[in-house]
Amino acid sequence: MAANFKNPVIRWIDHRLPVFSYLHHEANEYPTPKNLSYWWNFGSLAGFMLLVMIVSGIFLAMQYTPHVDHAFNSVERIMRDVNYGWLLRYIHMNGASMFFIVVYIHIFRGLYYGSYKAPRELLWQIGVVILLLMMATAFMGYVLPWGQMSFWGATVITNLFSAIPWVGDSIVTLLWGGFSVDNPTLNRFFSLHYLLPFVILGVVMLHVVALHRFGSNNPIGIDTKGPQDTIPFHPYYTVKDLFGLGVFLIFYAYWVFYAPVTLGDPVNFVPANPLSTPEHIVPEWYFLPFYAILRSIPDKLMGVIAMFAAIAVLFILPWLDRSPVRSGAYRPAFKLFFWMLVFDCAILTICGKHAPDWIWSPFSFSIAPDTGQAGISIISMGQLATTYYFAYFLVILPLLSIFEKTKPVPLSISRPVLGAGGAHASIAQAPQQMEKF
Amino acid sequence: MSAGSLVLKGVTALVGITAVLFVAATPHHGVHVEKESWSFQGFFGKFDKAQLQRGFQVYNEVCAACHSLDLVHYRNLTEIGLTEAQVKEVAAAVTVVDAMPDENGDPVERPGLPSDPFKAPFANEQAARASNNGALPPDLSLIARSRAGAGFGAHEGADYLHGLLTGYQEPPAGFELADGMQYNEGFLGFQIAMPNPLSDGGVTYADGTEATVDQQARDVSAFLTWAGEPNYENRIYTGMKAMLFLIVFTLIAYAVKRRVWAKIH
Ligand code: HEC
Ligand code: HEM
Repeated sequence: MAANFKNPVIRWIDHRLPVFSYLHHEANEYPTPKNLSYWWNFGSLAGFMLLVMIVSGIFLAMQYTPHVDHAFNSVERIMRDVNYGWLLRYIHMNGASMFFIVVYIHIFRGLYYGSYKAPRELLWQIGVVILLLMMATAFMGYVLPWGQMSFWGATVITNLFSAIPWVGDSIVTLLWGGFSVDNPTLNRFFSLHYLLPFVILGVVMLHVVALHRFGSNNPIGIDTKGPQDTIPFHPYYTVKDLFGLGVFLIFYAYWVFYAPVTLGDPVNFVPANPLSTPEHIVPEWYFLPFYAILRSIPDKLMGVIAMFAAIAVLFILPWLDRSPVRSGAYRPAFKLFFWMLVFDCAILTICGKHAPDWIWSPFSFSIAPDTGQAGISIISMGQLATTYYFAYFLVILPLLSIFEKTKPVPLSISRPVLGAGGAHASIAQAPQQMEKF
Repeated sequence: MSAGSLVLKGVTALVGITAVLFVAATPHHGVHVEKESWSFQGFFGKFDKAQLQRGFQVYNEVCAACHSLDLVHYRNLTEIGLTEAQVKEVAAAVTVVDAMPDENGDPVERPGLPSDPFKAPFANEQAARASNNGALPPDLSLIARSRAGAGFGAHEGADYLHGLLTGYQEPPAGFELADGMQYNEGFLGFQIAMPNPLSDGGVTYADGTEATVDQQARDVSAFLTWAGEPNYENRIYTGMKAMLFLIVFTLIAYAVKRRVWAKIH
């Protein structure tokens, strides 16, 4: 553990406070499976985005005024008069979208390669907590510029809590700090929006500690068996992550510089007006799948429950999927259902965007108001997609764990499955790949 | 994984993400908006300063009678090519009440300064409504941005404004116009409380451009696009530098990655 540092000052400090040994161990020599694909880049990208959001946010907060009379104009001042304020704001605004893209890919990566399975259940659950905290942070951040969609989004979403029996109304009053979304609401949202990212930072640290307990999963889902299967994190994955960061930054910069408001709603360029409700109240794109699930259920309380259940189900996922094979690469039936889930989430996103009574016509491939054309309404499509979403976790995965015929799994990372007749572990022998728990 | 298949997968993934985001972000346009061509479109777009100045003239002589432009200051006009002296002259044409009262506490009126924001035509919403048949002429500072679709460019707001300002027509037979309303095919619901503000020759351009309704609509739409985001050109230009830097950075990172990983099988 104790590394041999050349610099005497570092050696002196490290002897008394072994932070350098710790960093060296966890970030330098940390043994990592040598077969990680580019899908494993998204974890470090998520960490990068958290830092970008914190840094850009702190600088925005220096110029932002959390008061209903000044918030909108203070943001416009940042855009117009603060040096590179427009850049800061576009970085922060699109950064939220980029953060969610990265994290959603990161989650789907975990879903495909079975990264939630033993012994990484807690690591997975901590990740779900991060997702929840991110959603709360982004929701409250979106209220801060105090545009029309800020105000009405906040009104609609906070009102959902009133569906809770007995205490619902008190919770809403508490969230608002009064009897409608108003200045106290804006103030507490700003306070919490500043606080939560640092809570996320703390939870991310737990996430990393849990990760380093057993190390990364990998595309074939077999535990590393010894030094022949691993390489040190540095320089191999540091440089690979750096390359991935470059590609990602090009994508990010495209939005920041060439389409900075495309992902947002143009209506938010109108200052909040409690007396005028916008025609369509639509959340930001990263909430749309959940919004579609909410709207699929006619009963308000049940809708809210379904929406939260969509995330809660991820918490118990490790116990729903009991298949001994981790990686989707060796699970032909699973693979099909997995890609259908990805498609399903895209459909949910689209359903969340459009008015429930609009019609999707497969023939003209358009979504338009109901004028009697053939097709399926957005609400029914959302209901079908919601059904599949829950079926995937609650029915399909448990059944697959029992009935699926998986493909032969390699013996180890350095000895992949050889051609026919080669040495390979058939599935009958495979279960020992997973730790007993 | 080979470089070719890597690039292919990467591009596929990016296109996929962008497609979903785009579908999810496309708003419902209630009206058909004609696409026009603008000098500021695209990666190398630039405002046409002569056009912005003509557009400012239209705003100042026509729209300013009803619409405020709160977020723009007179000093900003140097960015569209007015000289400091011209800006002083434009600002001095209005009378404003200074934020600071005199030593007796009475309000002080003085000519406008370049540091003042554009003066609003009405003291408050009630006054604005009273002069406009009960309708409220919105502030135009962000009108181009708030009426844009969620498309991929600044020109969408300009397209909308141009369509609106050239959209006045006789109502089709059987269309019920409410009192004091005009028929406009560029406006959601086709009934607008704003009387047609433009007429051929309604302004006389200093640069000799013929002031047709279409020309004025085009010019004032470009001006309002600039007013919505005065840093627009700066953004595009900074983006070019950032992109170049990032591409070089990424290529170097890729080369280093290949070298470091060459030993691993
Ligand atoms: C006589 C007063 C008057 C003048 C002059 C005037 N407007 Fe208006 N404008 C209005 C009113 C009133 C409304 C509100 C219309 C409504 O809500 O139906 C309006 C609305 C608008 C809108 C908002 C349309 C929308 O999408 O909601 C725009 C854009 C606009 N005006 C642009 C202009 C421009 C550009 C000019 C100058 C060429 C101009 N106006 C001149 C009174 C005026
Ligand atoms: C998890 C990290 C974060 C996320 C996901 C996030 C998300 C958001 C979002 C979506 C907005 C609205 C952007 C807009 O439409 O204008 C916003 C605004 C804002 N955020 Fe954050 N944020 C994060 C961290 C922070 C931090 C750490 C601060 C520091 C104080 C901060 C300060 C602000 C301020 C001042 C605004 C208002 C200015 C504006 O709207 O651009 N944010 N945030």
